[in-house]
Amino acid sequence: MATLQDRFNINSQLEHLQAKYVGTGHADLNRFEWAVNIHRDSYASYIGHHPMVAYLAVAENESIGRVKYNLLQKMLLPCGLPPEKDETE
Amino acid sequence: MYLYNLTLSRASGIQSAIYGNFSAPKAQEIIVSRGRVLELLRPDENGKMQTICSTEVFGVLRALAPFRLTGASRDYIVLGTDAGRIVILEYKKDKNAFVKIHQETFGKSGCRRIVPGEYLATDPKGRACMIGALEKQKLVYVLNRDSAANLTISSPLDAHKSHNIVFSICGLDMGFDNPVFAAIELDYADADQDSTGEAASEAQKHLTFYELDLGLNHVVRKWSEPVDNGANLLVPVPGGGDGPGGVLVCAENFIIHKNEGQPDVRAVIPRRTNLPVDRGVLLVSHATHKQKGLFFVLVQSEYGDLYKVTLEYTGETVKELKVKYFDTLPPAASICVLKTGFLFAASEFGNHALYQFQGIGDDDDSVESSSVNLMETEEGFQPVFFDPRPLRNLLLIDEMESLMPVTDMRVANLLNEEIPQIYTLCGRGPRSTLRVLRPGLAVTEMAVSPLPGNPTAVWTIRRSAADEFDAYIIVSFLNATLVLSIGETVEEVNDSGFLATTPTLTTQLLADDSMLQVHPGGLRHIRADRRVNEWRVPGRRTITKAATNERQVAIALTGGEIFYFELNAQSILLEVEKKEMAGEVACLDIAPVPQGLQRSRFLAVGGNDSTVRILSLDPTAPLKQLALQAVQATPESLLLLDSPATGAEGGEEGAGAGALFLHVGLANGVLNRTEVDRNAGQLSDTRQRFLGTRPPKLFAANVRGQRSMLALSSRPWLAYSDMGRYNLTPLSYEALDYASGFASEQCPEGFVAVAHNTLRIVALERLGETFNQSSLRLRYTPRKFAIHPDHKTIAIAESDHAAVPLAERDDGAVSMDALPNGSGGAPQGPEQDEERAALEDQFGAPKGPPGQWASCLRLVDPTSMQTTHVLELDNNEAAVSLCLVQFPAHTEEGLLLAVGTCQGLTFYPRQCDEGFIRIYRFQDQGKALELVHKTPVGGIPGALIAFKGRLLCGIDATLRMYDLGKKKLLRKCEHRKLPTHIANIHVMGDRIYVGDAQESFHYFKYKKAENALYEYADDIVPRYLTSALQLDYDSMCGGDRFGNISIVRLPPEVSAQVEEDPTGGKFAGASGKLQGAAHKLEDIVSFHVGDIVTGLNRAAMQPGGQESIIYGTLMGSIGALLPFTSREDVDFFQHLEMHLRQEHPPVSGRDHMAYRGYYYPVKDVIDGDLCEQFSQMAPEKQRSIAEELDRTPGEVLKKLEDIRNKIL
Repeated sequence: MATLQDRFNINSQLEHLQAKYVGTGHADLNRFEWAVNIHRDSYASYIGHHPMVAYLAVAENESIGRVKYNLLQKMLLPCGLPPEKDETE
Repeated sequence: MYLYNLTLSRASGIQSAIYGNFSAPKAQEIIVSRGRVLELLRPDENGKMQTICSTEVFGVLRALAPFRLTGASRDYIVLGTDAGRIVILEYKKDKNAFVKIHQETFGKSGCRRIVPGEYLATDPKGRACMIGALEKQKLVYVLNRDSAANLTISSPLDAHKSHNIVFSICGLDMGFDNPVFAAIELDYADADQDSTGEAASEAQKHLTFYELDLGLNHVVRKWSEPVDNGANLLVPVPGGGDGPGGVLVCAENFIIHKNEGQPDVRAVIPRRTNLPVDRGVLLVSHATHKQKGLFFVLVQSEYGDLYKVTLEYTGETVKELKVKYFDTLPPAASICVLKTGFLFAASEFGNHALYQFQGIGDDDDSVESSSVNLMETEEGFQPVFFDPRPLRNLLLIDEMESLMPVTDMRVANLLNEEIPQIYTLCGRGPRSTLRVLRPGLAVTEMAVSPLPGNPTAVWTIRRSAADEFDAYIIVSFLNATLVLSIGETVEEVNDSGFLATTPTLTTQLLADDSMLQVHPGGLRHIRADRRVNEWRVPGRRTITKAATNERQVAIALTGGEIFYFELNAQSILLEVEKKEMAGEVACLDIAPVPQGLQRSRFLAVGGNDSTVRILSLDPTAPLKQLALQAVQATPESLLLLDSPATGAEGGEEGAGAGALFLHVGLANGVLNRTEVDRNAGQLSDTRQRFLGTRPPKLFAANVRGQRSMLALSSRPWLAYSDMGRYNLTPLSYEALDYASGFASEQCPEGFVAVAHNTLRIVALERLGETFNQSSLRLRYTPRKFAIHPDHKTIAIAESDHAAVPLAERDDGAVSMDALPNGSGGAPQGPEQDEERAALEDQFGAPKGPPGQWASCLRLVDPTSMQTTHVLELDNNEAAVSLCLVQFPAHTEEGLLLAVGTCQGLTFYPRQCDEGFIRIYRFQDQGKALELVHKTPVGGIPGALIAFKGRLLCGIDATLRMYDLGKKKLLRKCEHRKLPTHIANIHVMGDRIYVGDAQESFHYFKYKKAENALYEYADDIVPRYLTSALQLDYDSMCGGDRFGNISIVRLPPEVSAQVEEDPTGGKFAGASGKLQGAAHKLEDIVSFHVGDIVTGLNRAAMQPGGQESIIYGTLMGSIGALLPFTSREDVDFFQHLEMHLRQEHPPVSGRDHMAYRGYYYPVKDVIDGDLCEQFSQMAPEKQRSIAEELDRTPGEVLKKLEDIRNKIL
């Protein structure tokens, strides 16, 4: 049986996870935040795998260094501007 | 189905390179990461880059850094990988291997956003290193040594900062103050919250210094200051007395010197005059040269221009920052400056190069920008311009061939050779090539000269044992002997003492510097003072075979009698023993006298009764038979060869280090390799290899200073040891009759050989390579190619994004009129003109705006490796696909070439203004093309194929069928509902196999009566297909963008059902769940290769050999997947792989099984690359694993060798 104590623990564990692992979701996660995380994770994976960056570089006819830099720059706003906050929430 | 994966030729592209002294103090060495292979390279005394050691690490290598403890003379290597671990390696010279010193786990595996591994920085004094992630996490490890001078590593100290993207990390030179690391960080926390976009536009990059307080064992964020928002790279500046310290921040268009408490010093990066104004100049690689009282930094821009950065300073204050144009090289992933005055440039794409410094840019006329005359105007800082020029400060010394990037690959036998050739499209932009790969070593012909008549044999002989080079070449004919002396020229001499009127059986320089000629009539012993001793054959018999070394001579007479002589202390050849053999002797061999001993202990005798015997040469029991082996055919040639001894754990192939092997060339073309027990002379562990249709003749010759074997069959082979492994490789050269080793001043290590009536001197290059290449220059990045089956011509589609088409280039050297139009004129273009091509190689092609394309079609004749026709495409069209198609209604047209092009193609999102399919007809026996018509298709025609006399094409996500009309193609039917984009199409019978760019395979059926395409099956997992290969009616093999190879199969019962009813028992219109097809494909094989697979082929790389899947990857590796034929082999290799995973974990710290199952769990593929590492293990470990497998280590090695020989 779950006691109040357990629930508190689960919540605090979740908070701990969210603090430790960037991108851990939560109940009120909106579509934008989710997408931003996915995009940042994808870009990070592309940058980490050298053949992938090279593949993009061949397609775009840019140097690998430039493609890496562009991907990093895109991590700032990967999905455009965030939606307006609904004040009532 | 079980497959055995084996890399035939490792990746040739380089991800990053570091310079240091790894094997010994002052050794000039470079360690490169080739994605998943770690290699140690060293330029030899001739300036040729040699691969010393190469290890597959079964992980993603992302960053490398060297470091050296204070006072030490060798460097350690830190690896940043995807293992979630930091690994410190040391290169052990005695074992020729990278040895793991430390491995510390800090996070999850995989290339994740917040798991460190992407960035590595070390303190120049070797006291600490920082390993960083792209975001948030940075860990600092303190490095030290214990009382026994072993390297120690601390637990990690963290310097995390969340919501920060890191662009670069470096370790500052602080002398012996606390180590400081600098990072470029960008905080995105506010930008994520602010919907107005204000915060995003104000987002500011910061340069942050992290100080490791060695006293408190604690990392503090010491200093953080805004920095130019284009910053991308940090370069530390020597400090602590050698320079001002601080850091150079490379930003788009600028270099800024920053240090704590010092004002910024900024200079612009000079830019090329012809660069479009909206393009920045980004620096991508750097190297620092430091010597007493002088240092400079070389930085390279994304266009390949090298700049020399120098600082004027007093104390810690920088007064002036100067950026001077130095030279231009192709853009490099890493550049390394060697202390001996060399520069190694590891190219991003194409061949790597080693340059020698001719100057350090001290001339005054090169363009220079300085912080002092930095001009700020209303539009920003005033740029400085320059025009790139040919190399002035650097001189090209050596090139290392690199296939990277391979964009398409096909195995075909267009030249009717014994084995098929591998055709690869390589490179990018003006450095693109079509390369033809053939298994075997490349051979350089140094000289070919005709001889009077057909020689039977050839030898070389030195004048004295101490000589470095050979003095005479002796050529034997059927009834005469010719002696040539080697000097400035090679000419005939008569004063050598050799008998010229008789054929020669063998020659030998004896230990006392006298020469021996064995001829049918006897032995002619020519003393150093030219006195001659003759030993005549008793009776009417003649000598048939002879074997010699420096002190021992064995001859066989007709009738099968063996005489054995030894050189005594008085320099006289003395008969020791004779022995009657059972039958005629077919061949003889004696190994050279081992160092420090009086004689070699064994004589190998091959008999006409298909036997090989080992006779003892021991003085106590001369010519006593020690061992007898029956072989399948008459032995034609014998060679005893020492396999080189190596260190305790070093990778010696033979069962015991320094084993003696007997090689036997049999009349049926097979080479036997048998181990000879050094004490008892017993024969064991025979391995066989078929070399060719002629009986192999075996010769000893020196390769890399080691006695190696040359085997001449219907093609020549070389057995040598490369990185401790025994290699038997064919040479890419015509068949030879007889050969011998050759050393002269011009050619220190070569062979002299006879073939028909010519004498040839040849040398080997690039030992260790599996394939040799011949290449043809292309103009733009090649995308796809097709082979005309009748004319055997190759049609290549080339296209470059953001490039200026040739016709619009303003250099005026080539105008459109000068281009060929099929009317006899030879094709022209920059790639045809050596001089211009070399310049384009160096400078790259001019840059155009995004969305502008340059593209052409090319026909190549593979026999002459010549371009026969080039067609530039106009209207900003880019060729993206092509295929050959024949329309039955238009048989008079013959085979036509269909080319899919798109106008104004842009990415993110992928779209184009208009797509076309152009139809070309071949003219002039396939030497030229003529446009028939072009049809707009309204999308990107990503894939084309001929299907039932029509053209089937994938246009975006639509599958459409066309027939040929008079003015354009006629649309017949289509299917619109594919998920994203059609990447490839294959067909067989009524079935169509469509590969989607993101959603794996879809199987279609064409129903003629209804003229409709039905989709009846698709895959259950997403695969971002880049290449596909049809294996059979039900199975497809696909390679994807994340580096996996998988095979999917239609279940047999569904396959049978579909044959009768294309809907497979479902309603025609009904779809499966979630818009999927009604049936699902089964995954039968999956495997992570670790590199993007761009070419898949099915081919047998041996005459009469078994077919395997040959794949080519973007980084330039060629691999094979061989299907197992017996369950027993599968079990054996599965167990071997399992043991190796446990006993020999990868050096990167990554779990092997997790790596091979990176995206999809590995299924039914055994990793031969891991299995072959068995030979690198310590003998006792080998034994224990072999015992578990109920075998001896020798048997395991034999198995490994056998399976490799099945492929190549």
